[in-house]
Amino acid sequence: MSSWADGRRPLTLAILALGGEGGGVLADWIVVVADVAGWHAQNTSVAGVAQRTGATVYYVELFPPVVSEPPAGEPRAIRAEPVMSIFPSPGEVDVVITSELMESGRAIQRGFVTPDRTTLITSTNRVYSIDEKMSLGDGRVDDGELLAGARRAARLLIAADFARLAEREGSVISASLFGALAGSAALPFSREQFEHAIRASGKSVDASLAAFAAGFEVAAPDPDEADGTLAAGDDSVSTPSSPSRSLEAEKQAQEDERNRIAEVAPESLVGPALRDLAQRTREVPRAARSMVLHGLVRTAVYQDHDYADRYLERVRRFARIDPEADGEAQLTRAAAQHVALWMCYHDTIHVALQKTRRARLERVRGEARVRPGQRFDLHEFLHPQIDEITDVMPTRLGAALRESRQFQRAVRFITHKGMKLNTTSVLGYTLLTTMARGRPLRPRSLRFGREQELIDRWIDRSLSIAAAGDAGLALEVILCQAVLKGYGDTWARGWQSFEALMDAAERIQGEPDASGRLADLRAAALADETGAELSTMLRERVPA
Amino acid sequence: MAERSFAAEVEHLRKGAGEWIHAEGILAVTKALLQSGVAYVGGYQGAPISHLMDVLGDARPILDELEVYFENSASEATAAAMLAASVHYPLRGAITFKSTVGLNVASDALANLASGGVIGGALVILGEDYGEGSSIMQERAHAFAMKSQMWLLDPRPNVAAIVDAVESGFELSEASNTPVMLDLRLRSCHLRGRFVAKDNRKPAMSVKEALRAPKRDVGRIVLPPASFQHEQEKVHHRWPAAVRFIRERRLNEVLNNGVADVGIITQGGLYNTVNRSLELLGCSDAFGNTRVPTYVMNVTYPVIEDEIVEFCRDKRAVLLVEEGQPDYIEQSLNTILRRNSVGTQLHGKDLLPLAGEYSSSAVTRGLAGFLERWLPGAIEHKPALLLGPEDPRSPFAPRVDATAVKPRLPGLCTGCPERPIFSGMKLAERETGQHHVSADIGCHLFAINAPFNIGATTMGYGLGSAGAAALSAPQADNRAVAIMGDGGFWHNGLTSGVGNAVFNKSDQVLVVVDNAYAAATGGQDLLSSKAELPTRSTRHPIEKAARGVGVEWARTIEDTYDVAAVRDSFVEALTTSEPGPKLLVMQSECQLNRQRRVKPEMRQALKEGKRITRERFGVDPETCTGDHACIRISGCPSLTIESNPDPMRSDPVATVLDSCVGCGVCGANAHAAVLCPSFYRSDVTHNPSRRDRLIGRLRDRWVRLLSAGLEARASRYEAAP
Repeated sequence: MSSWADGRRPLTLAILALGGEGGGVLADWIVVVADVAGWHAQNTSVAGVAQRTGATVYYVELFPPVVSEPPAGEPRAIRAEPVMSIFPSPGEVDVVITSELMESGRAIQRGFVTPDRTTLITSTNRVYSIDEKMSLGDGRVDDGELLAGARRAARLLIAADFARLAEREGSVISASLFGALAGSAALPFSREQFEHAIRASGKSVDASLAAFAAGFEVAAPDPDEADGTLAAGDDSVSTPSSPSRSLEAEKQAQEDERNRIAEVAPESLVGPALRDLAQRTREVPRAARSMVLHGLVRTAVYQDHDYADRYLERVRRFARIDPEADGEAQLTRAAAQHVALWMCYHDTIHVALQKTRRARLERVRGEARVRPGQRFDLHEFLHPQIDEITDVMPTRLGAALRESRQFQRAVRFITHKGMKLNTTSVLGYTLLTTMARGRPLRPRSLRFGREQELIDRWIDRSLSIAAAGDAGLALEVILCQAVLKGYGDTWARGWQSFEALMDAAERIQGEPDASGRLADLRAAALADETGAELSTMLRERVPA
Repeated sequence: MAERSFAAEVEHLRKGAGEWIHAEGILAVTKALLQSGVAYVGGYQGAPISHLMDVLGDARPILDELEVYFENSASEATAAAMLAASVHYPLRGAITFKSTVGLNVASDALANLASGGVIGGALVILGEDYGEGSSIMQERAHAFAMKSQMWLLDPRPNVAAIVDAVESGFELSEASNTPVMLDLRLRSCHLRGRFVAKDNRKPAMSVKEALRAPKRDVGRIVLPPASFQHEQEKVHHRWPAAVRFIRERRLNEVLNNGVADVGIITQGGLYNTVNRSLELLGCSDAFGNTRVPTYVMNVTYPVIEDEIVEFCRDKRAVLLVEEGQPDYIEQSLNTILRRNSVGTQLHGKDLLPLAGEYSSSAVTRGLAGFLERWLPGAIEHKPALLLGPEDPRSPFAPRVDATAVKPRLPGLCTGCPERPIFSGMKLAERETGQHHVSADIGCHLFAINAPFNIGATTMGYGLGSAGAAALSAPQADNRAVAIMGDGGFWHNGLTSGVGNAVFNKSDQVLVVVDNAYAAATGGQDLLSSKAELPTRSTRHPIEKAARGVGVEWARTIEDTYDVAAVRDSFVEALTTSEPGPKLLVMQSECQLNRQRRVKPEMRQALKEGKRITRERFGVDPETCTGDHACIRISGCPSLTIESNPDPMRSDPVATVLDSCVGCGVCGANAHAAVLCPSFYRSDVTHNPSRRDRLIGRLRDRWVRLLSAGLEARASRYEAAP
């Protein structure tokens, strides 16, 4: 009996796509290719609610043309046409196409991708799940692991950012994936046969064909044509090891480069007015210099040269006691980073400056793809609260106004429904730049004094812990600055967590693995908005 | 207008005898209806048969030519009651809806219909929403077939077989005076395949003709004494007639009987899966040449006793492949075998899963277990899926870190007008405290998931208000909130919920989501739709209807994207001292449908050189603090995260994708929830007027002038790029 195990079986393809990504179109194209070639083709899908942004599986079976009459002597078949399955069978899928990287992980988990059989064509772009997006910090999964899993599971892996490929050609991902399928040679049909299916559909044919061609190039087994940044030829993938963190890798490379420059010419990494301070970065560990130079620029732009000087002094206190000054200098580096971030706390002056910088306006115009001559309006959604306004005022005035009923009423009148400000308009830009020019007032403000005091207290705490011999815990104390985020309520909530963490640091100091525990507590502080996780862990792991 | 247009596909419906049709299952069903001379069709949309309603809607010209009456029924009960036309007249009628929820709603009418019986063929086409991708409770249509005695067809998942089932279904109905249900499994509805067409047939009698000569027969009405007679007729006349028809027409198939002394009995809908499993085990081939005799029940109710006895008698053991629970067929077979003193060992759910979808893996494992025990020599090959995950050759061997694969639940679309309703509700709860929320069926049910996590129960379509009935006692001091969609409102919510709440003076807040379509089922129109349609009467306001049944406190919020207004109306409704139900009608057009409507208009206007402003939102990465509070009150697919470009910071920042439709929720949320000031809206005006250009030049100059000082100062500190 000619049977499955002897290869008398359909070619099977599973397509995992997200709602609205054209998985159905892709499946239909494949069926058309096979139909025209005289094959038996069937596709089916599980639609329903999954179409609304969830994940959908399309399944296609293709059976080669059949000789209608059985050879003499053999009985007639039960069915004149092949019996097709409507389910993919784990371990028996020839081609899996996933439109997003995490979906390839799902396909692997479901047993659709196996090393003995499956050609896996996956786009490496990420469409983050809500769990990943909602996190108070970085909730993204390790998608390097997803890619590694794909490599382990597939017989042949073709991985590239097919979404970007398609976008470049003004098309959608189904077209570039279709091209990759053609290029992979997993199906016994010619490029022309594939392209015919696109033409026959009659919709956005040119753009689809261009994206198809781009996908084809990526997958076709010709190493000379492989685009280094994108793609795979055979089963070697030249995509970054973690697609969603390619920027992080780039940032690290830049930091390394800057540290090299900082060794010989630190002043080249700052503007003319900071050259004196840049020279003094030679007094901090090598590994921390780039970060310190970033901090200098940031604090100076935020306030002035003196403020940058103050920043440097603060960082140098860490540099002096850093136990790994000749190596990684983790403590100094972290201090350089987090002291600068805290010193540049977001107030209305700072936000106004950020909003009015030319580079920002250029970036936003680019994002909106404004063409010359087109009118461009940029609306900001601001809602300054009384605290945020009085924060930047001279201490005494701020305190008085904060108490003033009339002032409160006036602010509420203007801002209770939020302010929409057109930055591109003459009035809006004038208002924002005027606010930005309020910078010299800042050192006399209520908040400024308060923040400096808190910063010093935090630094002192870390340094005293380090002096007592626990550099690890000292580092963790510095890293706790990361929970201070945002504005208004978000900031207030972060501040509560921060205080709880500082309090905990004091209590666990001297105990075994104090730094590890504080790290866990910090993670708990970012686990939910209500602080429930942090409270629980504090109760369980910190002595009263 | 529905989400998907079948205008091109419906041309297939005109094809005549001998022509091949390549089509999806639902289109094939429509063609089969026309080939059967159907006189009237009705139904209620719902996955997986929504598209059947949409195909019929798009096929109106063809239906009109053939004098086939078609309507979008108000509910499944309406559709089922429509079959009353086949009680006294030889009219073939078909209705369709989602099972089993549709059958629940239609049960009253179907039970009455099945009691009196029909003389015109009555076909109920069920979209069986069971297994992967289903959105409803996992139950079986089989129970309804048994309780009302209606026949249940479960054809092989093959487009030609489905077409045949429609045609023979009408005949079976007429031969046995019994309504017939045709079960279309989820994957069968979306199955693409081919079949040979027949000519379309005008109905033997049209609805118009029937009305010219009205008929009645008190013996068909469900009231004593006729109702007692109906029960006798069912078992003594209709059942035997059906059995005769099914046997004569060989609707069930016996395959390769005699090649072995064990056998398989399978529901028709599972046949392809069974054959694939046999192929994997080396016991069959692609053309169904099985080495294990197989009985295919293309009719799963009634069970044909004689056929079962004939098939089983000479076999040592038989495996029944029956999906879902309870195991109605297995119970029936056991009774039959026992009654006929057949000693064959019957296996079923002892070897196959008790519950859950009979996927390829599940059936292959069950069959392997059966054959290993009774016919081990037949197994020529052991597929890898039989191996456990601990075996490295198994397809289930762990090859990817499970923690890296997160669930991806369905959620609200980009720009969905329902999102700001829940954002507003969350913000209102900050002021009023938490409330019990009774949810309903519809897209709004997605609010039960992250990030909103709103909604405690859902009791059925349109039953959101009723689901809060016990919790809406006037003396309660923390008001319950009920949610209902416009679809559910018109389906039954107006009476079961609103009327009930008025009558009982319920102290609840009822939110009706009015997005102008039955959105979850594919954007069908309904009574309160804004579109003006030639064949339907629309634009009937929900608030007016509710006031009509006695609601006193009602507000219509015309723009849900105004989050502050939504929040304030929630607070007002939750705190007012007015007695009785408080109705909030939340209006804004379904974005999916709006985009389909607006995009072509926009493209056209751009081409014509009209002045058009395009809006989208964005986030300043340097101002964004990476806290993602904005995402936690939105969940919009277009609002996502990206790596932080700042060398000093590591947490990802929020970002807005190109797919943003500029609905405004981000800005409104930023205001209403007092989020960070990093959101902005950019408006690009295409085909600018002369005035626009002048303003642009002026502003550019002003910006350059005012920014000069700021930039000069910054450049003293920043390294030259």
